[in-house]
Amino acid sequence: MSLTVIQPGLLALLQDAGRFGKHAIGLTSGGPLDPDAFNLCNRLLQNPVGATVIEISFGGLELEANCDTSICITGAVMPLTINGEERERYRVERVRAGDRITLGFAEHGCRAYVGVAGGFRIPESFGSTATVVREGIGGLSGSKLQAGDTLPCPAKASCKPLYLPPEHHPHYHDTVTVRVIPGYQQASFPRLEQRRFFSHAYQVSERSDRMGYRMQGPGIRCDIEGILSEGICLGAIQVPADGQPIVLMNDRQTIGGYPKIGAALTLDLARLSQLPPGGTVYFTPITVHAAHNALHLAASFAARQPLMEAS
Amino acid sequence: MVQIHSAGESALIVYLGETTSPEVSARVQALAQLLADSLSGVLVDLVPSYASVLVIYDAMATDHLEVSHRIRAAAAQLAAVDTSGGQEVVLPVYYHAEAGEDLETLAETAGLTVDEVIELHSSCAYRVYAIGFAPGFAYLGEVDPKIAAPRLATPRQRVPRGAVAIADRQTAVYPTPSPGGWNLIGRCPMRMFDPEREPIMPVSVGDRVRFEPVDRARFLALGGEL
Repeated sequence: MSLTVIQPGLLALLQDAGRFGKHAIGLTSGGPLDPDAFNLCNRLLQNPVGATVIEISFGGLELEANCDTSICITGAVMPLTINGEERERYRVERVRAGDRITLGFAEHGCRAYVGVAGGFRIPESFGSTATVVREGIGGLSGSKLQAGDTLPCPAKASCKPLYLPPEHHPHYHDTVTVRVIPGYQQASFPRLEQRRFFSHAYQVSERSDRMGYRMQGPGIRCDIEGILSEGICLGAIQVPADGQPIVLMNDRQTIGGYPKIGAALTLDLARLSQLPPGGTVYFTPITVHAAHNALHLAASFAARQPLMEAS
Repeated sequence: MVQIHSAGESALIVYLGETTSPEVSARVQALAQLLADSLSGVLVDLVPSYASVLVIYDAMATDHLEVSHRIRAAAAQLAAVDTSGGQEVVLPVYYHAEAGEDLETLAETAGLTVDEVIELHSSCAYRVYAIGFAPGFAYLGEVDPKIAAPRLATPRQRVPRGAVAIADRQTAVYPTPSPGGWNLIGRCPMRMFDPEREPIMPVSVGDRVRFEPVDRARFLALGGEL
């Protein structure tokens, strides 16, 4: 039982929740750039938390079903058709063997998630199926999906036809405010430089990817140029000598020697990952207390999202 | 000296010194081991490095106050830790121009013979200060200042697996073929990163590594490839 990749689109990657506990041997975490959309995809399909789905960036994916199953698409607004017929996102859709599933190019947002009932059955590498192309680890042989790839899925997955009412679908804008927990070498950034960082608009550079989102805007000066290489957490914001901040994402290197002003709230990284190049970013400082409060509220909100059953 | 700084919503970074040294590195390794035990259940990942340990915890299960309390408790036990901990690993190296393209240039620049470079590189034990950059890439230090060499102005597109290299006062064995700008002086036949084997890496942070010169025949017999 499987789906076949007819067209992989710009960047299609198998992802589960990520690879954890392997930083000590130099492996990064990988995992979905937008965990909100990723989790919702698995919830709608009644899959276990963190089941393997396809993360498709910017669109252009075409799949063929080799069995009867159910699929669900969440995240960026990409037109979904099954055998050329328009279908809805955020809804469990039944497909039959031979059906063609097509995702067009993104109209809003950048990352969408394509899940199948029961999750794709991919062997784990280092405890996870997350694909990290830079490391050549995870997914199918460590690379992005290619035309002709076969994606195994469970034979018979019964799945209620759940959907998320349209008024609850997320909206992706062209401006995102990223909350930042100041930390790391924050004290080495002069007051004025910190104020500059937190009060100006930045643009997402074309040279942004799953490793890091590069910002273009007012340069930030740090009193120190380099530090002894140290561990980098998800969302850490490093400032190299040119002063243009880089927000480090899921496929970041595990250690690095550039000074860091703090780290973005992961909830906002999900929004940042949906922002196309040229999108506007504002940074605003928050405390760790406020960050934890936001995380718990978001988890509570996600658990209460009303999934309806189609009659 | 133990300083705990905020790193992110679910990460704290513990600094054990402003610069690194064998003593600081040993404390880093000891603290990482203590934390792996005392934080089990809420620990997501740990990144030990030159003079710091990044602690990533599950923010849905605990908070920074509790975690920093436990870090302080673990750090308080460090005084009693034997700083000579860590295993010693011997890695065979075939030092030769055909296995290390920069060996002769490095010797010439340093005003040494090739044999002297090999002698200096293989006569001391190096400490594993950090692992990162690529899966299984271990930063070893410190090489004798006489053979320290800056990174190449133009990095190579492809450095072969097993390449033994020097950059400034650091040395390393490339675990997988990758781009790289370090000076290549030889090749090691041992796999530094093997997902099929347990442990996956022969070294971890805090271990000591010694290089043992071997000839071409021995290098090939040990599974080396040229």
